[in-house]
Amino acid sequence: MTTRWFGAPVQRVEDDRLLRGHGRFTDDIGEDALECCFVRSPYAHARIITSIDAAAARAMPGVVAVYTAADLPFGGVDLPLLIPHPNLTHGRTQRCLASDIVRYSGEAVAFVVAENRYLAEDAAELVQVEYEPLPVVITPEVAARAEHLVHSDVPGNIAAEMLQEVGDVDAAMAAAPRRKRLRFRYERGAASPMEARAVWARWSSDEHRLTVYDSTQSPTSIRGGLAVLFSLPESSVDVIAPDVGGGFGPKIMLFYPDELLVPYAAMQLGRPVKWTEDRQEHFTAVNQERGQVHEVEVGFDDEGRLLALQDDFLHDGGAYTPYGIILPIITSAQVPGPYRIPNYRVRFRDLYTNAVPTSPYRGAGRPHACFVMERTLDAIAADLGIDRIEVRRRNLIQAGDFPYDVGVAWQDGNTVVYDSGNYPVLLDKAIALLGPKPAGDHVGMGIGIYVEGTGVGPYEGAHVQVLVSGKVVAATGIPNQGQAHATVWAQVVADELGVDVKDVEITSGDTRRFPWGVGTFASRGAVTAGNAMHVAARMVADKARQIAADHLEADPADLELAGGRVRVKGSPDRGMPLGAVAVLSNPVRYAFGGGTEAATQFAAKPRPGPPLQDGEQPGLEATGYYSPPGSTWASGCHAAYVRVDPKTFRLEILKYVVVHDCGRVINPLVLQGQIEGGVAQGIAGAFYERLAYDEDGQLRNASFMEFLMPYATEIPAIEIDHIETPSPLNPLGVKGAGEAGVIPVGAVIGSAIEEALGVPITEMPLSPLKLYELSRAHPT
Amino acid sequence: MKVNGVSHPAPTDPRRLLSDHLRHDLGLTGTHVGCEHGVCGCCTVLLDGAPVRSCLMLAVQAERHEVTTIEGLARDQAPLHPVQQAFHECHGLQCGFCTPGFVMSVVGLLAQHPSPSAQEIEEGIAGNLCRCTGYASIRRSVLRAAALSSPLVGKRRDGAE
Repeated sequence: MTTRWFGAPVQRVEDDRLLRGHGRFTDDIGEDALECCFVRSPYAHARIITSIDAAAARAMPGVVAVYTAADLPFGGVDLPLLIPHPNLTHGRTQRCLASDIVRYSGEAVAFVVAENRYLAEDAAELVQVEYEPLPVVITPEVAARAEHLVHSDVPGNIAAEMLQEVGDVDAAMAAAPRRKRLRFRYERGAASPMEARAVWARWSSDEHRLTVYDSTQSPTSIRGGLAVLFSLPESSVDVIAPDVGGGFGPKIMLFYPDELLVPYAAMQLGRPVKWTEDRQEHFTAVNQERGQVHEVEVGFDDEGRLLALQDDFLHDGGAYTPYGIILPIITSAQVPGPYRIPNYRVRFRDLYTNAVPTSPYRGAGRPHACFVMERTLDAIAADLGIDRIEVRRRNLIQAGDFPYDVGVAWQDGNTVVYDSGNYPVLLDKAIALLGPKPAGDHVGMGIGIYVEGTGVGPYEGAHVQVLVSGKVVAATGIPNQGQAHATVWAQVVADELGVDVKDVEITSGDTRRFPWGVGTFASRGAVTAGNAMHVAARMVADKARQIAADHLEADPADLELAGGRVRVKGSPDRGMPLGAVAVLSNPVRYAFGGGTEAATQFAAKPRPGPPLQDGEQPGLEATGYYSPPGSTWASGCHAAYVRVDPKTFRLEILKYVVVHDCGRVINPLVLQGQIEGGVAQGIAGAFYERLAYDEDGQLRNASFMEFLMPYATEIPAIEIDHIETPSPLNPLGVKGAGEAGVIPVGAVIGSAIEEALGVPITEMPLSPLKLYELSRAHPT
Repeated sequence: MKVNGVSHPAPTDPRRLLSDHLRHDLGLTGTHVGCEHGVCGCCTVLLDGAPVRSCLMLAVQAERHEVTTIEGLARDQAPLHPVQQAFHECHGLQCGFCTPGFVMSVVGLLAQHPSPSAQEIEEGIAGNLCRCTGYASIRRSVLRAAALSSPLVGKRRDGAE
């Protein structure tokens, strides 16, 4: 393989239209669509005591339809449980519209369709729903006490319980020279992409065809679900994720009620229908994540070496478990991180609470796992009076230890096996990059090392085609939310086909172009779809060599693809343009332009026999798939200096460094952006953003006025360095990078603040108020 | 109301937000709506040359004013405006949703401060939220935009070609 484009800081090909305002996000699609508004429950837990009265709303001029559960043929059907698991003994999913019990504030109750959004919102206020409030269960600790139940048929509010053990924890703990018990708490966070969710649908009765635009991270799954629900063949349903304004996890969830109701309304009403979420709805009706409480016991020796670790944690599952128990499984698997822990036991209980369900948010179970492990190591260092860096160094898995089997379950059904890495070098480089501690009072250093299982299966695919013009088009099923898929996959394809990256046009997330695949999540795009692109492009290159060989009277093995041509190695003049090979790949009776006369019946024939021989297919194209044998394990080390103002408790991040390893780097420019954005989201979740639920389950700060998403003024410059330990698991040697930046930030900021202020940091998020309270409770 | 130099009839619905009017009545969907309460800045447009939140204005309030949207910076196939070009060169965008708002804010910033200091850059973009980039590449984009906008670009400082 040539490496002309792979590894180069290629500027993004998708920028031009986005910069000109010509992007196409779901809400940009108009076509006189009817617009919608939900009626949502104002209570976190309540019984609907009379049937919902929508008469006044239906009578309002401009209102086209109002749907309640009773109006829907699928109104009594539980939405799918996406990832069943044997330990999820009490999985529960919601219905499209609630008709009996509502279990979180924001749960959908009715759906209004009107000539425009303004009228739909007016009409939604006229829908009468009478509620009898029920006791609210909020926070995992309250759920665990089980004084009240979220689901009356789920004892103890326990959706799932899972225990795993590697080694013999009881024996190792009993024998350990030192033991320590610690408690850590991580609150929920919100992904908050700048584009909230949106769905647009059109039913063509002439073509018997449903077309849906959806700001989803998984159009292929949405298509499958709609085909099942409406009893249509999948080939009659097109789902397109057009430009998507950020995802970060919650857009991988399906189905949100609108994803069924908008297509249904379009089919019923015979007109395009569109729903666009507003920001408040996004806060109350879109999945969140990260609420966990960990009780840790660690056994270690006098040198700070880990001997045994036990973690018993509660996971805030929210009101329903559509996403199964993937999050606590990931946390269970990722607590050990880059460290050798010979004896490890982890148990979790996934608990129902009266809040919006949880599903992955960038980092997905890992920031909390990393916080637990790193804060535990800091506690050991403090206990022994050993430097925090040294304690880490003594426990790191070494470069010669790979593949390293952790022995616990992973989210893809395999066990966790780290494929490659070099953690001691990450640590050394980060310390070197961090440099000496700045002078001054109330300055602290924080450090965190993490691993991240990326690139999970089951598979992705790609279709690559060379056009008769010599240009290349390629498509894959997974959609893009800003990760520069169109650029990085063009680099992969361009290398295989020997063309300019600008001559490769990528389509992603459009089932019309590629109907199979899973979705964009788990830092898997580069690994799964990237390698599928590589596989498909290589098949096309092989086919091009085969066809050209006949015409050039050469052995295919002597041919190379370069400069947009197929040519004989060492004799670059003996060759033909790739577009001409595309012409020859498709024997025609009628020349239709584009040089196709060269493939007609009276043109020179390079070989005897029929134009297409057994097993041959027309077109210079191929479809390839890549299915990973296991996850690729990226890793990194973050370190920072912070200063905390002892009077205002304002946080100042003096320096923040990242050393990152995601295997071979496809595009360093894009990678830098992924890391910088991830760290910023981590800082946001560590010190600024907090979801302020009250005891009644009301989110008291459901707006950007009060949920303090950082502006540029809060986010410092970040210094980044890399190492590359290629993954042995895939042809490109890549690992995922999308989530990495966010994972250790809470641990790093927490560690640094603990040193700066001299107060124990055991929870996330922090804030000036929280630091003030801690300072009062722990006077120096 | 004049939008990108073209006169349009006044909107008929007095409740219509300027952002909705631009997007859904005039088809200028480059102006994005991220929060509808004036915090995120995605809907920033220029009103008589100064950045404003189009979600916090009624369309009727823009009557007799000149509105410039992202589509008005570089027409069709024309080269990108220096601010747009700078965002491209510096990877100042990922998903692209907040981008039109940032670009319009930076156009406004550079009109006021052609060679902005670090502090002025910080303040100039501190009214726009971005969830993808972590802002570092946007800061780099503003510096690059200032350089590209400078009349000295392509010339030596002594003025010789």
